[in-house]
Amino acid sequence: MKVLIAKPGLDGHDRGAKVVAQALRDAGVEVVYSGLKRTPDEIVRAAIQEDVDVVGLSVLSGAHVLLSRRVLEGLRAHGAEEVRVVVGGIIPPRDVEELRKLGVARVFPMGTPLPDIVAAFTKEARET
Amino acid sequence: MKELRTHAGFPIKPLYGPEDLADVDVGRDIGRPGEYPFTRGIHSTMYRERLWTMRQYVGFGTPTETNGRFKYLMAHGQDALNVAFDLPTQLGLDSDDPRAEGEVGRVGMAIDTLADMEDAFAGIPLDRVSVSLTINGMAAPITAMYYVVAEKQGAAADRVVTTPQNDILKEFVARGTWIYPVEPSLRLVADLIEFSAKRYPRSNPVSVCGYHIREAGCTTAQEMAYGLLIAAAYVERMLARGISVDDFAPRISFNFTAWGKIFEEVAKFRAGRRLYARMLRERFGATNPKSWMFRTLIGGGGSAFVVQEPENNIVRGAYIALAAALAGAQTMALPTYDEAYTIPSAKAQLIALRTMQICAEESGAADTVDPRGRHGGPARGLVLCRGADERHGDGDPRGDGPGRTDGRHRRGREERRPPGRGRAPGVPLRAEARLR
Repeated sequence: MKVLIAKPGLDGHDRGAKVVAQALRDAGVEVVYSGLKRTPDEIVRAAIQEDVDVVGLSVLSGAHVLLSRRVLEGLRAHGAEEVRVVVGGIIPPRDVEELRKLGVARVFPMGTPLPDIVAAFTKEARET
Repeated sequence: MKELRTHAGFPIKPLYGPEDLADVDVGRDIGRPGEYPFTRGIHSTMYRERLWTMRQYVGFGTPTETNGRFKYLMAHGQDALNVAFDLPTQLGLDSDDPRAEGEVGRVGMAIDTLADMEDAFAGIPLDRVSVSLTINGMAAPITAMYYVVAEKQGAAADRVVTTPQNDILKEFVARGTWIYPVEPSLRLVADLIEFSAKRYPRSNPVSVCGYHIREAGCTTAQEMAYGLLIAAAYVERMLARGISVDDFAPRISFNFTAWGKIFEEVAKFRAGRRLYARMLRERFGATNPKSWMFRTLIGGGGSAFVVQEPENNIVRGAYIALAAALAGAQTMALPTYDEAYTIPSAKAQLIALRTMQICAEESGAADTVDPRGRHGGPARGLVLCRGADERHGDGDPRGDGPGRTDGRHRRGREERRPPGRGRAPGVPLRAEARLR
């Protein structure tokens, strides 16, 4: 199981992404962290080069729908649709369904307990 | 009895008494409000003469939409503004830049041109309303726009009171919204301080922030320690330009948070005021008492507000307001109860404003200077002070703290980590690698 935790867009809030990355690492998952302010294209290329099973996008700026769409489009364009995409951050309830329709496998809105996120990733791995 | 600790990790005794002040020289370490080292507050009369300024953080969508919210809050008694810019504006990108896609007008208002800035402040007299600009990497151009808008309104330069945040070091340490490498970024910070000190004498051209470092996961003592170190780094820059400390230090301001344990927060500010006063007087040789004063905005921490049962955040906000008042804030801002899940609504902003007003007018916190008793608090302040002192050594500019300017910061130490050791394995991409 290998995961890319990525910060797309211009948002500088990375505490959540790093806490999730470290929790996954402690659960035995191999984690790559993108660093701040990556474009969707950079994230897609990193996901392919690193051969990850899951991309976890962290967005707190409100741009989650557009950025998720761009990452999913990019993965498909590169024939990497088997890479699952999950999204966490300040995700209003009204956007959860929209993200799922785009093809996001799981959404972790604010308030999601850390163990739930870790369990969801390991479940994604089993299904992959 | 159950053991309790402060956020900074110091044990909390169930009872404090005179014995806790045994090693304290009250005259030297505590003193009187308005007198060096300002432990009890920077003014002798505090809120009896002048209440704290109420300054909610506002900005979304277009400048015109934001202007409407400014006027709504001012109509309900808010006396000053604190402007939120969107991320493209904070990073110097035009709204039609491909990298700005999806981000325009999201976390603040979008400013592309001087005309946008004029729209934002239309009908707001900039010679009478003080305005904080939450802008850092782009502080110089945005503040320049602000000065031009004020000039076009006919406001005299010595009547313009603005506080551009202009604190780039905390962007590297915690907030992430930096544009250029450390050295040129610091040059811009110093340019704005120097220009404003000469041309806009009532502006506060830097607002040194502990707030964002705390939000990124550090403790109370670390928040104060990082803030003081960053302030010291800016002072050293200005002195290196040959500018006398008393020519700019009186206009340095601060932006700190207050949430969680009320008395620990109060102690943090008491210790911070004393440490700052001593630093400016003893280390930097300032002789103007205004240079010694730690003037601060206290804005409650958004991370204290949660999405579960969000109405409870209103109660948390009231405790934060009380903590800020007891801590001696010059300016106060509160998170809004809906902040955990959305850009604040008008209703939530109004409740936050009313919370500060109720604290000011009904709680009694503003009636007496430093109303919190003489024991416990001061003793705890000293304990925290020692903690911040230790951190001071840890982060000295010659060491590994935020003042270090060779780009080799050890970013991330302040983050709250889950149990485990080391960093997540992986390939740090460019942005992260640059900081190491």
